[in-house]
Amino acid sequence: MITKRIIPCLDVRDGRVVKGVNFTGLNDVSSPVKLAKFYSENGADELVFYDITASAEGRKLFTDILCQVAETIFIPLTVGGGINTTDDFDRVLKCGADKVSVNSGAIADPSLIERAAKMYGDQCVVLSVDIKRVDGKFCVFAKGGRENTGMDAIEWIKRGVGSGAGEIVVNSINTDGVKNGFDLEMLDAVCKVVSVPVIASGGAGCIDHFKTLFHTLPAVDAGLAASIFHFGEVQINDLKRELADDGIIVRL
Amino acid sequence: MIAIVDYGVGNLFSLRSSFAYIGADAEVTNDPKLIQKAERIVLPGVGAFRDAAIKIRESGLVDVLNEEVRGGKPLLGICLGMQMLLTRSYEYGEYDGLDYIHGNVKPIAPVIGEGLKIPHIGWNALHFPKGRAKSALFKYIKENDCVYFVHSYYAADCEEAVIATAEYGAELTAAVEKGNVYGTQFHPEKSGEVGLNILKAFCEI
Repeated sequence: MITKRIIPCLDVRDGRVVKGVNFTGLNDVSSPVKLAKFYSENGADELVFYDITASAEGRKLFTDILCQVAETIFIPLTVGGGINTTDDFDRVLKCGADKVSVNSGAIADPSLIERAAKMYGDQCVVLSVDIKRVDGKFCVFAKGGRENTGMDAIEWIKRGVGSGAGEIVVNSINTDGVKNGFDLEMLDAVCKVVSVPVIASGGAGCIDHFKTLFHTLPAVDAGLAASIFHFGEVQINDLKRELADDGIIVRL
Repeated sequence: MIAIVDYGVGNLFSLRSSFAYIGADAEVTNDPKLIQKAERIVLPGVGAFRDAAIKIRESGLVDVLNEEVRGGKPLLGICLGMQMLLTRSYEYGEYDGLDYIHGNVKPIAPVIGEGLKIPHIGWNALHFPKGRAKSALFKYIKENDCVYFVHSYYAADCEEAVIATAEYGAELTAAVEKGNVYGTQFHPEKSGEVGLNILKAFCEI
């Protein structure tokens, strides 16, 4: 049977890995290439690289680093951040990315999903959505979680899948950085409406949070986290062994 | 030297990096002379069968591939490249493959049953058919080792050419072999150490 995936996420700015709490207060963690190699050799099923650089030089640096990472690791690699056009898809795919994650770029121009899916296949297009509760409703936020678009998250995700998104990353702003567990209510609402893989993001603080995630919501395919892995609070190999002992199918 | 056939389908960066990593000399090429000179051939592919079938014929490389395969040179097809080795595909119409291995490319949807997601994407365990010797391609691989799959169509009707399967609502073909022609539905270049060991074994065939 297909295994549940554990995915470390690396936010990269100016060539270094950073991780924020609730998207603010970024601090430096490590070298992207070293961290990627470490993860790939220690049980990660996939890696996600987010380019959070704003400048053109930063983007060039990111692209160079991406090529180095792709030469070093031999597991699937997803790239996001600053993906606004199919040329951006082309740029990162040529560096060795397997999937490309769109977020604000797709909000600004929803046709991007369909155009990219036609060019590169549905499996290549990941729709990443930053979601926060506003007046009891799941709302889509843009620009790294700073701007409320007013869009209903469930409707947006349905539309994205209809346009060809092959995978959905649900990032709960409510639970991100809080380390109190994944946003099960939000994830459940998403899983109910889509038939493509769903990746849970935001809130992982310990091994038990992953157990709860996969036991409570069998429709979730993968758990994504950053700081708990970067700071060594949870080793991916330990996590996967404990999941396996708990009856969850993982790749060991 | 290994010739990675470039016929305009898919990204060959990872494949080239993988061979470099295991110390094999691999070149991405669309030059028939290099394909003739090579000791081994890899046929990659990502995307839809129709586009790939058209592109490989337009590339003018089919004759040289036919010749080299007939001459006994080891060939490895990967993902869509593996599906190209078969007789025919039923993905959005009917298209002829290279027909090195008897079989048809069919959608997984009718065979896997309800409730499973499509595409079949992620890491899944390899199983070897009982009662036959393990393929040379898997000499470093154990039953249940996991590899990375991304596909919505599969190799059906391959019968005794099937050398590995993966369980996803049904027993889906994971790899095929006939004589000097090999194919994997999964991506060895994305399957970590297990995948690198499969590529290493191919280099030793």
